[in-house]
Amino acid sequence: MSVSRRGFLKSVVGGSVALGAASLTKEAKASKKELPPDAVGILYDSNLCIGCQSCMVACKRANNMPVEHTGDQKTWDNPIDLSGKTLNIIKMYKKGDKFAFIKRQCMHCLEPACAAACPVTALHKDEKTGIVTYDPSACIGCRYCEVACPYDIPKFEWDSPFPQIRKCQLCNHLLEKGEYAACCAVCPTGASLFGPVEKLRKEAQRRMLMKPGEYYEFPVNHIESGKTRVHKAKPYINHIYGLDELGGSQCMILAGVEFDKLGLPDVRRQSYVSDLEGVSKGLYKYVVYPVAALGGLVYLVKKRGVHD
Amino acid sequence: MSEARPLSSRVITVPFILGVIVILLAGIFLLKRFIYGLGSVSGMNDGYPWGLWIAYDVNVGTAFACGGYAMAILIYIFNKGEYTPLLKPAILTSMLGYTLAAVSIFFDIGRYWNMFNIFMPWHMNFHSPMLEVAVCIASYVVVLWIEFSPVLVKNPGVRRMLKVEDIEEKLNKVLFIFVALGMLLPTMHQSSLGTLMILAGHKLSPLYWSKLLPLFFLICAIMMGYCIVIFETSVSGVAFKNTHEFKLLTKLSGVIPWLIGIFLIMRIQDINARGALSQIFKGDLPGNMFLIETFLLLIGLIILWKPENRTNVKKVFIAAFCVLLGAGLYRFDTYICGFNPGNGWHYFPTAPELIITFGVISVEILGYLYVVKRFPVLALPSKNK
Ligand code: SF4
Ligand code: SF4
Ligand code: SF4
Repeated sequence: MSVSRRGFLKSVVGGSVALGAASLTKEAKASKKELPPDAVGILYDSNLCIGCQSCMVACKRANNMPVEHTGDQKTWDNPIDLSGKTLNIIKMYKKGDKFAFIKRQCMHCLEPACAAACPVTALHKDEKTGIVTYDPSACIGCRYCEVACPYDIPKFEWDSPFPQIRKCQLCNHLLEKGEYAACCAVCPTGASLFGPVEKLRKEAQRRMLMKPGEYYEFPVNHIESGKTRVHKAKPYINHIYGLDELGGSQCMILAGVEFDKLGLPDVRRQSYVSDLEGVSKGLYKYVVYPVAALGGLVYLVKKRGVHD
Repeated sequence: MSEARPLSSRVITVPFILGVIVILLAGIFLLKRFIYGLGSVSGMNDGYPWGLWIAYDVNVGTAFACGGYAMAILIYIFNKGEYTPLLKPAILTSMLGYTLAAVSIFFDIGRYWNMFNIFMPWHMNFHSPMLEVAVCIASYVVVLWIEFSPVLVKNPGVRRMLKVEDIEEKLNKVLFIFVALGMLLPTMHQSSLGTLMILAGHKLSPLYWSKLLPLFFLICAIMMGYCIVIFETSVSGVAFKNTHEFKLLTKLSGVIPWLIGIFLIMRIQDINARGALSQIFKGDLPGNMFLIETFLLLIGLIILWKPENRTNVKKVFIAAFCVLLGAGLYRFDTYICGFNPGNGWHYFPTAPELIITFGVISVEILGYLYVVKRFPVLALPSKNK
C-alpha cells in the first residue's frame, strides 16, 4: 500500500509540469465568445471627443448620482476617477502639446469577471442584452468584483454604513422606457455612440480604414438614429480596444494614442474567467468529487476510530 | 504516562489585562466602522478593495489555524495515531482561529445584513470561489466547535448548563462524520483561497498569479498547520513547563522539509513555465517579497533537512517560525504586495485597522489561555506519577 516518498514527490512535480503544459496549449486556442442575441454597447472614439463632459453630467442625472467634489472647492462636480459617486468619467491624457480624452465606464464584458466572482449573483449578465447589472438586495459587499474586474470598474461606497457597489449598468433602466444610454444621447460629436454591438463593430472597422485628413460622416447618439456629423478623420491606432481583450466586451474604444497611455491595461485575449472555470470545473466536477472524498474520509475515520 | 487535564493556574494575569485593553480599543474602532462605514477606519480603497483583514485575518489567520486539519491528515490518512496528544490543542487553536476569521469577514463585508444570501440556493453562484470559501469557512467553524465539544462537556459547569447527562456518548456516536468533514472542508476552502486570486489576472504580479494557486495555497496551509503545532507546543511547553510532548515534535518536523521542497520546486517551475523568472530580480516589491519568502522557507528547509537538528527543540522552533513567516508572507503577498491595480492606487493599513487586527489576535490568545487553564486540553504528565 505504501507509496514511496520519492515516487510521490516525482508524481506531484510531474503533475505540476503536465498541468502547466496543458494550460499553455489551452491558452493558444482561446475561442471567441458569442454575442448575446440583443447585445448593445457603446463605441467611444477618443478622436471625436472634445472633452465637454456632457456625458458625465447626463450620467449623473440619469442615474441619480451625487455630486463629487475633489480638492477645496465645494461647488462643482469634479471627480478625478470613477468612484462610488461617479459611474462615468472623461479623463485627459497630455504630453507636450499632444493630448487625448478617454472615457471610462463598465465595458460590459462578454465574460465578465465581476459576475464570475460574485458569490451571490448580485452582478449578472443579461442573457438577451448582455448588460451586466447589479442587484443590491443580493450583494453582501465582499468587494471580490472589484478585485476581479480587469478594468477596475466596480466601486464601493467606502463612507457609507450601508454601502453599495456602483457601476455603469448601461442605463438599463432607460432601455425599458425605450430610451438609451444617457451619455450617448447627449454626446454632441458622436464620440460616445450607442447601438447593437454588431453594428458598432462594423462602424469601428470602417473607421480603422479611414484616411487621415479626409472628411467622413460619423453617426451620432444612436447608431440607428440616422443622424450624422461630418468630421475630418484623425489617425487611429490600428486596434479596436474591447474587441478581443479578455474575451471581448460590448463597449469598445478607438483612439489616436496608445491605449496603455490612456490607462487601459494591455491584456491578453483569453479571459481569466476561463482559467477559473478550468480550475474549478476540473477540481470539483460540481459536487461529485467532494462527496466522493467525504465518503472516503468517513470510511477512514471509522476504520481508525476517533482519536481524542 | 500523560493525560489531558486543565492547567490549574490563574486566568487573570498582566498579559491578560493588556489583551483586554487592546480588545476594548478594537471594539471602539469597530463601532466607528459600523456607524461611519469601512472608509472611516481602514486604508482600503477602490484600487485595493481588500486589505489587512482579508489578507491577514482571513488568509494568514486561517492558515495558522490549520493545525487541527494538518494533524488530522497525519493521524487519520497516514494512520499515525501517536500524534494524538497534539491533536486537541491544535483543534483548539483552529477553532479559535477560524471563528475569529469568520468574525473578521463579518466586519469586513460591507453589506453584512445580506450575509445569509450565501446560503440561499437562488442567489448562489457555484462558479464563484468566494461562495465556496464563505460556505466552507462557515461550516468548518461549526465542525470545529463540534470536534472540540467533547473537551468542553468535560467541564462540569458546561455540563450543568447543557442539562444533558449522556452528552458525551451521544457526541461520540456522531463525531466521526465531523472528523471527516474536518478534513474535507479545509482542503476545499484553503485551496479556494488561492483560486480566488486567479481572477485578479493581470493585476497580480506574474510571480504570484498562477493557475496552480489553489495547490500552492493548500500546501502552504498544511505546511503552516504543522509548523503552528510545533510553534505552539514549544511555546506552551516552555511557558507552562510542560516539555512532555517535545519528542513528538522531532518526528513531526521531519515532514516539513518535504512540503517546503515540493512547494518551492513547483512554484519556481511554474514561474519558469510562464517565462517570468526574470521578474524575481527586478528589485520591485513583488520580486523582493518573493526573495524574502523563499529565503525564509529555505532556512526552514535547511535546518530541518538534517535529522540531528530535529532533536534540538530550539532549532526546530526557529525553523518552524521561519516557515510560518515565509508561507504566511506568501499568502499575504498574493493578496497585497503582489497585487497592483495600476493607475496610482496604493494601500497601507491605518492605525485603527491594525488595532482591530491586534484585537482579533488578542481574543485568540486570551481564548487559548483561558481554555487550556479551565478545560482538559494539554497532555500533562499524570499527577499520580
Ligand atoms: S468591465 Fe468590469 S465591471 Fe464591467 S462587466 Fe467587465 S468585469 Fe464587470
Ligand atoms: S461586493 Fe457585492 S456585487 Fe461585488 S462580488 Fe461581492 S456580493 Fe457580488
Ligand atoms: S451608459 Fe448610462 S450609466 Fe453607463 S456611463 Fe453612460 S450614462 Fe452612465
